[in-house]
Amino acid sequence: MRIKDHIREEQNFLGRVIIAALLIMLALLGLSARLVQLQVIEHQHFTTLSKDNRIKLITLAPTRGLIFDRNGVLLAQNRPAYNLELVPEQVKDIDATLERLSHYITLDADDRERFNHLRRHKRRFDSIPIRVNLDIEETARFAVVRHQFPGVEIKAKLLRHYPFAEVTSHLLGYVGRISSRDIKTIDTSNYTGTNHIGKTGIEKSYEATLHGAIGVQQVEVNSSGRVVRILDETPPQPGQDLHLHLDIDLQQIALEALGDHNGAVVAIDPHSGGILALVSKPGYDPNLFVEGISRHAYMTLQTDRYRPLYNRALRGQYPPGSTIKPFIGLAGLEAGVIRYDTSYYCPGSFQLPGHEHKYRDWKKGGHGSMDIDAAITQSCDVYYYKLAFNLGIDTMSDYLGQFGFGRRSGVDMDGESRGILPSRDWKRRTRHQPWHPGETVIAGIGQGYFLTTPLQLAIATAAIANNGHLMTPHVVDYLQNRGNGKRHPILPRETSVPIASQANWDNVRRAMRHVVEGLRGTARRIRTKLYAIAGKTGTAQVFTVSQEDEYNEKNVAHKLRDHALFIGYAPADDPQIAVAVVVENGGHGGATAAPVARKLMDAWLLPRIYGPGSNHGNDDS
Amino acid sequence: MNLHPTDIGDLTPTDPTRQRGLLARFHLDLPLLLGLLALSSYGLLVLYSASGQDMGQVEHQLMRFGLAFTVMIGIAQVRQEQLMRWSPWLYLVGTLMLVLVLLIGDVGKGAQRWLDLDLIRFQPSEMVKLAVPMTLAWYLTDKPHPPTWQHLLLSALIMMVPVLLIARQPDLGTALLVASAGGFVLFLAGISWRLIFGLLGAAAVATPVLWHFMHDYQKQRILTFLDPEQDPLGAGYHIIQSKIAIGSGGIWGKGWLAGAQSQLDFLPERHTDFIFAVLAEELGLVGVTMLLALYLFVILRGLYIASRAQDTYGRLLGGTLTLVFFVYLSVNIGMVSGLLPVVGVPLPLISYGGTSLVTLMAGFGMLMSIHTHRKLLPR
Repeated sequence: MRIKDHIREEQNFLGRVIIAALLIMLALLGLSARLVQLQVIEHQHFTTLSKDNRIKLITLAPTRGLIFDRNGVLLAQNRPAYNLELVPEQVKDIDATLERLSHYITLDADDRERFNHLRRHKRRFDSIPIRVNLDIEETARFAVVRHQFPGVEIKAKLLRHYPFAEVTSHLLGYVGRISSRDIKTIDTSNYTGTNHIGKTGIEKSYEATLHGAIGVQQVEVNSSGRVVRILDETPPQPGQDLHLHLDIDLQQIALEALGDHNGAVVAIDPHSGGILALVSKPGYDPNLFVEGISRHAYMTLQTDRYRPLYNRALRGQYPPGSTIKPFIGLAGLEAGVIRYDTSYYCPGSFQLPGHEHKYRDWKKGGHGSMDIDAAITQSCDVYYYKLAFNLGIDTMSDYLGQFGFGRRSGVDMDGESRGILPSRDWKRRTRHQPWHPGETVIAGIGQGYFLTTPLQLAIATAAIANNGHLMTPHVVDYLQNRGNGKRHPILPRETSVPIASQANWDNVRRAMRHVVEGLRGTARRIRTKLYAIAGKTGTAQVFTVSQEDEYNEKNVAHKLRDHALFIGYAPADDPQIAVAVVVENGGHGGATAAPVARKLMDAWLLPRIYGPGSNHGNDDS
Repeated sequence: MNLHPTDIGDLTPTDPTRQRGLLARFHLDLPLLLGLLALSSYGLLVLYSASGQDMGQVEHQLMRFGLAFTVMIGIAQVRQEQLMRWSPWLYLVGTLMLVLVLLIGDVGKGAQRWLDLDLIRFQPSEMVKLAVPMTLAWYLTDKPHPPTWQHLLLSALIMMVPVLLIARQPDLGTALLVASAGGFVLFLAGISWRLIFGLLGAAAVATPVLWHFMHDYQKQRILTFLDPEQDPLGAGYHIIQSKIAIGSGGIWGKGWLAGAQSQLDFLPERHTDFIFAVLAEELGLVGVTMLLALYLFVILRGLYIASRAQDTYGRLLGGTLTLVFFVYLSVNIGMVSGLLPVVGVPLPLISYGGTSLVTLMAGFGMLMSIHTHRKLLPR
């Protein structure tokens, strides 16, 4: 190895350092030259760009996807409209401007109030509508005096419109102006040209799909900010269209079938979990919300005692009453607590061993000797008090949980409720109290803490119809790209209810068929020769009758009257539709809720069995 | 050792401990320390404006400076011989961790750069930024001068292993920075000019090949750099807006806290990678010149320290760390002013952020150690 020449190395290093230092200075000189170029030579140019951007980038909002029902009927569309809009940042005295504007265009109190409301919740440099849907005459009048109103413009827009208004209100939801609260949940860069966003229902849960992607336009503007010419354009990507499982005719029939009552109806295709109809009554007109609802109108909806904004089908929590009996029956059979031929005697009431309290049957004199088939057909309460007591709350709760009770179904809509599936553990967690045996007894007839949503009842019914395949319910069948027509299906998802014995399924299904077809069946009045229906009625208590008093429908105020429930599916041997009906304060399930379900089944099945246009609707044997 | 008498002029006071006091005891170099303090104070001033007058961010950054300066002072206490002994081990550990990152690292912003060590999240590429020049300097310290072919080849190998690992993450910017650090060591070690120009030529030829292996976002950055108006709302937006900010600042600037571009949200990443544009808009060419002067002062002091080092290791390491510092700032300013493509390199000591700050100050700690642990030689 050579001996290092330290002097030479040091001198070489010094040389390299000096060269590096010179190069660094040269590079810094180059950077400085660049900065002089930007800051001194081109300073004027950049000042112009900064102060008053001559070239403006205008964002182009994508057109929102349309929504169709299963037969291609348009449920949500975009309609052209002329709006008079104002950008508050560009107007000095807003009140005076509005006053002057009112000489040319009618502005009523609602318009002014809505304008002031939107102003408080807007984004920076957002233009706020003063009037929506100007007619041609008003448009012309304003065009003449436009130069007197800087910052005020007529804008041609596509406004969301829901042709079926109230009929689809709870299902579709509505779009509204983007509020300061919405901004936190969205990618604002994709919404710079958009003023509306889905607020509830399908419009909200499919917001990302419906909205599409923003486009950009490079334009030259004059000093007052108006566009002179278009330099370059990237077109926006329209949102995808939604095609629903929903049948709008069925939806309308369901709403009408409820008559004067409030309530909810959910109809499901048991094979796919597709929602065929979802009604919550009363509804509201979603079109009111699109361009901002006036405070007065909103307060009216908010304070209405029937709560029209409340989606009963998804969020309403009702005691299932006797509609829970087929499910508990299955649990009893599968757990081996009863057999198909096990008989209990029903004397009209039930007492826990060592307790005074009498749990009464709805039939005063009792039903006599009952097996499971008769107990479901005649809805015997005492049989179920005993069955529940023998099963125990936890086993019962485990089986019912498998049918989707007590948890969100995962439906593609926003805000569904969980309901309550009571158990020892549930009560300890939420109420910090021990479980009482009496609570098990009343849980056996779907009362007490038990709460379900109409949607939960519908999917659980579909699972019985479907031999234990619990389908995740969904409203949207497929998405469609408007440009190339490509479809993107929403695939059904399912879980299985772990009830192994086919005989148990068959027996309970037969009992449900006897509910409609049996001589003593509680829903015998909806029986038809045209196809077989399986179902179960239910009556949910709104308030508790004391031990001495008797419940008498006529003596009780309407709002405290029992809710009427019915679940069912048809045809019984080849189920194509499963329905859950809740009629608020409707009294007995067999009397008011079951006929609603029958109307839906007729509308859905008769054209399918006997061909379209067949008129068997009046058959009522 | 063979030193010229003038070389040790500043090391022959009558009683060093009394006259230099605290600084000497803590092995700190006063000019370098003052330069760094001036730069970081300047940075905090600009950050206050760039963050939209958010005192919280300024305090946060102040804490990072505290940590980074502590690291610097800590390393300044370590003797140079000790640093040299650590070098290969640091390199080994760093490279192993780069392999680990590729195997089990966390993915952040589309690249695998982080290693989660339960207590801290750690970016091994930062460690390698220091380990590569340290190890090359260690390796070349007892080799003949200028280095022979075999030594150069092995040096290149030492350098390329971590560079390729980082490029795989993928983090092309950091890979190039580490490669340039290796290159500087070789340059300072005295490889022949013919080789230097040959390598530069080869790099020019290799560019199209490299292009082929690049990720789409990397290609996009370079395309955007070549023609920012192509995509004015997307990636080109950064460059257009920062040029407007710098240019509209003019000679005197629009005044601190008064930059329209910066304060009205036009400028993206304005408190991190694009903070230079805020400075240029609000403080003008004058403020920019002040910044460049401060940087130049720190660089010249660094080169001076390197040239006064007593052995090969100190010289190579000191010189390289200084040159890398320069690359940082020139790449950032070049990028913000539209001379270079957009790569994620912060403006040293000014940008908000802490990861690279600690590495940077550790490097300055080494420079101080090289300078203050020299043996006092008799005249």
